[in-house]
Amino acid sequence: MLALKAENISKQYRLGQVGTGTLSHDLNRFWHKVRGKEDPYLKIGESNDRTTKGDSEYVWSLRDINFEIEQGDAIGIIGRNGAGKSTLLKLLSKVTKPTTGKIFTNGRIASLLEVGTGFHPEMTGRENVFLNGAILGMTRKEITRKFDEIVAFSGVERYIDTPVKRYSSGMYVRLAFAVAAHLESEILIVDEVLAVGDADFQKKCLGKMNDVAKGEGRTILFVSHNMTAIKELCNKGILLNQGQLAYRGNILDTIIEYQKNSEAKARYIHEGPLDGAMGNENIRILEFSAQPNHGALIDIESGIKIKLRFYNFKAGINLDATFELRTYEEVPVFHTAAIISTNNDSETKEYCVEFVLPRNLLNTGNYYFKLIFGEDQRIPLYISANIIGFEVENVKFGKNMSVLPGIIRPELDFKINNYDSSTIF
Amino acid sequence: MNEPQQQWTETIEAEHSLFDVKLKEVWRYKDLIYMFVKRDFISSFKQTILGPVWFFINPIFTTITYLIIFGRFAKLPTDGAPGLIFYLAGVTLWNYFSGALLGTSGTFTGNASIFGKVYFPRLVTPISIVISNLMRLSVQLILFLLVWVYYLINNEISPNIWILATPFLLLLMALFALGVGMIFSALTTKYKDLSMLLAFGITLYMYATPVIYPVSMLPGYFKNLAKFNPLTGIFECFKYGWLGVGDFSPVMLIISTFLILILLFIGILTFNKVEKTFMDTV
Repeated sequence: MLALKAENISKQYRLGQVGTGTLSHDLNRFWHKVRGKEDPYLKIGESNDRTTKGDSEYVWSLRDINFEIEQGDAIGIIGRNGAGKSTLLKLLSKVTKPTTGKIFTNGRIASLLEVGTGFHPEMTGRENVFLNGAILGMTRKEITRKFDEIVAFSGVERYIDTPVKRYSSGMYVRLAFAVAAHLESEILIVDEVLAVGDADFQKKCLGKMNDVAKGEGRTILFVSHNMTAIKELCNKGILLNQGQLAYRGNILDTIIEYQKNSEAKARYIHEGPLDGAMGNENIRILEFSAQPNHGALIDIESGIKIKLRFYNFKAGINLDATFELRTYEEVPVFHTAAIISTNNDSETKEYCVEFVLPRNLLNTGNYYFKLIFGEDQRIPLYISANIIGFEVENVKFGKNMSVLPGIIRPELDFKINNYDSSTIF
Repeated sequence: MNEPQQQWTETIEAEHSLFDVKLKEVWRYKDLIYMFVKRDFISSFKQTILGPVWFFINPIFTTITYLIIFGRFAKLPTDGAPGLIFYLAGVTLWNYFSGALLGTSGTFTGNASIFGKVYFPRLVTPISIVISNLMRLSVQLILFLLVWVYYLINNEISPNIWILATPFLLLLMALFALGVGMIFSALTTKYKDLSMLLAFGITLYMYATPVIYPVSMLPGYFKNLAKFNPLTGIFECFKYGWLGVGDFSPVMLIISTFLILILLFIGILTFNKVEKTFMDTV
C-alpha cells in the first residue's frame, strides 16, 4: 500500500525582486489565458544552479519529480543546499502548491518544518501546548489526552504555567519538540528539527524519532544533513540534485551516490594530450583522487586514500609536491609535502604519489585539497586551485549519533582506573 | 494482482477549482479558531495594569471627543437623540468594523512566518480575527447598554422592535469585514500598495458612513448615494432600533445584505486562490 505518490511535480520560482514588473507579467499571463494559450512563463526557466549566473528570471526549484513511498517507510531526503529538499517538503506539507504535477497522499500529514511554530511568548507553557498542538492539527481532546505525556517528555513541568518568554531557549525547544513528537498522523514530515538543543536533548529526539519510525509503523520523510541520523532512522533514500531526482533506493546506496556527485569532485582524471591537463609548463596533473580506504563510503572510520599522478617537465631539481588540506570554512587542517627528489635529480617523467589519511582522524565535514609543487621547498612551480573536495560522513560515537564538534575526531586510548574510595580518603 | 485497491485520501494539485472552498476542513480546525481567539485576548492585556478596562477607555474617550468636536463645535444634528448615546452607538459599531477589517486584511502578511511552516486551512485566521473582535465588541456593548439604560429611565429615547435585529446586524458587519478584509489580504501579498490604501482609506470611509451624523441630514443626492454603502443600512437600523431615531427603511438593509454577500463571495474566492501560493510572493 502506498502512503504517498508524487507525479511530475515541479516548482518554479521567480528570482530577483518580486514586485517589479509583476503586474505586467500578470497581465501577460492573463492575456494568454483568455486566448486559451499556455502560461508563457512556464516554458522558460533554468535548473537551479546557484553558482552560475542564469539568463532567465525564472528558475525551477524542482523539476519533474516522480516517486512513490510505501506505507511504513522512513525516507531520508538528501542533497546539497539548494537541491530542492525544503521545497519538496513544503509542497508535501501543503505550505505552497506545486507549479505543475500532482501529489497523492493516503492519511493525515503532519509536518515539522520548524518546532515551536506559533508559540506566543506571552502565553504560558500549558496554553502554548494547546495552541501549538492545534496549529499542527490536533484537536483539543487529543491534546488533553496526551498533555501529561507531552509535559513529561519535555521535562519542564515546573515552568508549565509560566509564560514561555521567561523560558531559556533550551526549555522552549524542548516543549516545542515534545508537542510535535506526540502528533498522531500517518505521515510525518521532519526538516532539520534535530539541529536544535543540546547534545543530550538531540539524543532524546533521535530516540523518539526512531520509535516513531520503527515501532509505530508510520511513514516518515526526513531531511537532514546529519548522515548518521539519516542512516539510523531511514531505510530508503531520495537524492535530489539541482531540483531533480538524482537517485532513489535504499538509504546506504543513496548516501554513496550523494558523495559521488559532490559539489567538488572527489576525483580528477585527465585524459588526452598533456597540454590540456591542469597545470602549467612545469607541471601537468594527470590524476588526483580521494577514495575510501575501506568500504564504499568516506566516513570517519573508513580512512581516505589519496592518489596523485602528475607529469614533471623540470629535470635536475629538488622537486616536492605539497598537499594542503582545508575545511570548507577555510580552516587549514594541514600543509605537508612529499619530497620527491633531494639530490637535484628530478626527471622529465610521470610521478605517482599515494598516501592514506588514517581512520579516526578527520571529523565529519567537507574538506578540499590544494596542491603546491615546488623547487627546493621554496620556489613554487605550480599552485593549483582547490582541486578535489570530499565529504567525511559521520559515524556513531558510542551511542551518540549527533555530529560532534571539532575538525579532528581521534580515537583515544583512554585509561580508566577505578580507584577504591579508601585509597583517596 | 491481489494487492488491495490503492486509495488516496487527498490530492495536492497545481490547478484547483476556484470554488473548491474547504469549509468542512475549516470546521475540523474549530479548536484552532478557539485557540487563536484565546491567544488574541490573552496577548492584548498581558502585563497591562488596567487589562480589559482598556476595552472601555477607548470608546469613552472617542465618544467624548466626538461629542465636543462634532456635537458642540460643528453642531452636527443627531436626529434628536442625546449626543452621548448617539456617538457611542456609532463609535462602538465602527470600532468593531474597522478593527475586524484591519485585522483580516493583514492575514497573509502578518502570519507569513506561521503559514510558511505549517499547513492549516488559512480561512481559520481571518475567521478567528473577526471572532476576537466580536469578543471585544460584546464587552463594549455592555458599556453601551449601561448608558442606554440611563437614558431609557430618563425617558429620553424611544427604542422599538428593530432592537431584535441587532444580532443580524452584527453578523452582517462581521461578514462585511471578513469579505473586504480577505480581498485586501489576498491582494496585498503581491501588491503591497494596497495596505497603504487601506490605512487611510478606512479613516476616510468612516466619514462616508453615518457614524457621526445621521443620514437624514444629507442632501437628496448624497442620501441616495449613501444607500449603496453597505454600512449605512446597518448603522441606521441600529440607531433606529435602540434610539428610535433616523431615516431607516428595511430596503436599506436588504441592499446592504445583498452587497455584503457579493463581497463576501468575492473575498472567499480571491482568498482561496491566493492561499495556495502566497508563500512565494509575500
